[in-house]
Amino acid sequence: MKIVLEHITKRYPNRNRKVGGVFTAVDDFDLTIPDGKLVGLLGPSGCGKSTTLNMICGLETPTEGKIWFGETDVTNLTPELRGVGMVFQSYALYPHMTVRENIMFPLGNLKGADKLSKEEMLRRVEEAAGLVQIDELLDRKPSEMSGGQQQRVAIARALVKTPKVLLLDEPLSNLDARLRLSTREEIRRIQRETGVTTIFVTHDQEEAMSISDQIVVMEKGVIRQVGKPQRVYDEPENLFVSKFLGTPPINVFAGRVAGGRLRIGDDDVFEVPGVADGEVMVGIRPEGFQPATHGALHCELVAVERMGRDTSVVARHPALDATQMRAIVSSDARIDRSLQMVCFAIRPEKCRLFDPQTGERIRFDGDAVGEGAAR
Amino acid sequence: MNTRSLKGWLYLIPAIAFLGVFVVYPLFDVFVYSFEEGYNSASQTYFGVGTYNYSYVLRDPYFIQALKNTFVLVIVTVPLSTLLALAISVALSSIKKLRELYQTVYFLPYVTNTLAVGLVFMILFQKTPYSDGFVNQIIMALGGNSVDFIDGPHWAKMTVMCIYTIWVVLPFKILILTSALASVNPDYYKAARVDGTSSWRIFHRITLPMISPMVFYLVITGFIGAFKAYGDVVGIFGTNLNAAGMNTIVGYVYDMLYGNSGGYPSYASAAALILFVIVLTITCINLLVQRRSVQTS
Ligand SMILES: Nc1ncnc2c1ncn2[C@@H]1O[C@H](COP(=O)(O)OP(=O)(O)O)[C@@H](O)[C@H]1O
Ligand SMILES: [Mg+2]
Repeated sequence: MKIVLEHITKRYPNRNRKVGGVFTAVDDFDLTIPDGKLVGLLGPSGCGKSTTLNMICGLETPTEGKIWFGETDVTNLTPELRGVGMVFQSYALYPHMTVRENIMFPLGNLKGADKLSKEEMLRRVEEAAGLVQIDELLDRKPSEMSGGQQQRVAIARALVKTPKVLLLDEPLSNLDARLRLSTREEIRRIQRETGVTTIFVTHDQEEAMSISDQIVVMEKGVIRQVGKPQRVYDEPENLFVSKFLGTPPINVFAGRVAGGRLRIGDDDVFEVPGVADGEVMVGIRPEGFQPATHGALHCELVAVERMGRDTSVVARHPALDATQMRAIVSSDARIDRSLQMVCFAIRPEKCRLFDPQTGERIRFDGDAVGEGAAR
Repeated sequence: MNTRSLKGWLYLIPAIAFLGVFVVYPLFDVFVYSFEEGYNSASQTYFGVGTYNYSYVLRDPYFIQALKNTFVLVIVTVPLSTLLALAISVALSSIKKLRELYQTVYFLPYVTNTLAVGLVFMILFQKTPYSDGFVNQIIMALGGNSVDFIDGPHWAKMTVMCIYTIWVVLPFKILILTSALASVNPDYYKAARVDGTSSWRIFHRITLPMISPMVFYLVITGFIGAFKAYGDVVGIFGTNLNAAGMNTIVGYVYDMLYGNSGGYPSYASAAALILFVIVLTITCINLLVQRRSVQTS
């Protein structure tokens, strides 16, 4: 089912009564979600992800805009008429029911011509349980299961009505790190097997990047960028997106362009053809630094941490917008710790320029990743 | 015994001493009294030991009347007040505007003096040769005949008693149930709504099971409270309850001790122990039902 969100806006009366007025939780959200894809809705906490999801499933009505499921305008339809399944961060499994009763619960709501026989219901429950591989646990109570198993039950309950759209609101946040990894693989597998159009909400960029066909990065109710995960990572359209994606995060410097050359602090870094003179913000990915005796960027060395394959260099630079920066260099790079200084050559294709006022990307010849800049 | 549990016992001594002197010892004493036949409070002597006090009490028409009254009160008011409180709490938690105001209004009876409320009820339901109470005015306006609810037929008096009791116990139950309802994670309701669950199904498959521990708590305490009714009855019908035919078991116990026919601690003790056994039995049944329903739900 293709989903089209047409300029969706959601305003709430402000929670803080003293301030009054309205609060715009989602602002002019315009997005098309292709049929059968898994889309990751990514953004910091409070940016309006849940609100967006609730509007898609029908728990909330948009203040403005329309929502289309295929050719149907569902903006004012109640949730059950939309055919959506939803999984909550807290799982919301009914504690007094067994797993079987939990998964069967949505089927019990079917009325009229859709009404199922008891046998058919049980068969569907078995099927959904098989899909998420919890067949053996059907007679347990949720409290007798691990977090990961509960999560699977919640997914089975969302899928038992064979919805056209599956919505997951931070489904992994309550799991520990290892389980989170395996459960997200599991979600990916289930999505592939069923082919159900899925929206996956998370504030964890790594999670979104690893699982999604497409990610949507949000900030303060506004879409910042949409695209394939790798593409958004490589080609951020603004400073927010570049900072939000990537671990370790991108290092941001205050820089200046003069006469077609980029300067960071007192260091003359490289040529940036086609960029007008003026202040810029310079984002350099950790993998964009190469230690070199005559490298352009002069940094104060803080620490060298060897972590298996990679070596991570912690350093300081006066133009940095944070106290420290982190570079990932290959482990055979020689760094003389006694000097307390390190010089880096900067790889232009790992370097992004942004307008200091608007945060918008400023492109220059040589910053493109891909065919043109292949090394 | 190691030092830690020794310490624990040490800390418990004040409470144990207090309970021992004021609860356990009197209980034991009541038990002893109830088997002492022909006790004379002036000389503090008795003739023998046996079950005569019990057979006397169980044959006393006043006690039978009190027993009947108490049972009617319990059987009518506990289910009705719990259901009513549940309905009001659900309604309260579904409205947003003026919710605090309503909550306060419903809570007022709780902070009002029992005797004062009893008096107000008396005035509302009264019928004297000169005037009719508010309730009777309504009945007459609707074309009925006025009834003396305070000094008239037994059923009318029981009606007033039940209405009064329900009204008095409602606030506490509403308070408990609204907070129980508020503590249900809203995600359950969201999940149910996404699946298109009807509000009735949400209520009886999700809400009710989730607040059932609190409902059971209210039923048990409600039973115990209703069995112990006394002060409220005096507030409406005066102190001579036996004459009014409106006595309760606790009222009977009190009369046997201090009333006009008083001075019979042995009979009072026997009646009190009968009440104790009834309350204990009912509470045990309640707990059994609760355990079973929690296991199978
Ligand atoms: N019912 C509401 N009334 C007022 N403000 C709300 C309401 N629901 C959400 N908000 C506000 O909208 C913003 C976005 O919330 P939400 O969508 O839950 O964020 P996210 O899921 O991205 O963490 C938050 O600042 C939140 O305080
Ligand atoms: Mg959220």
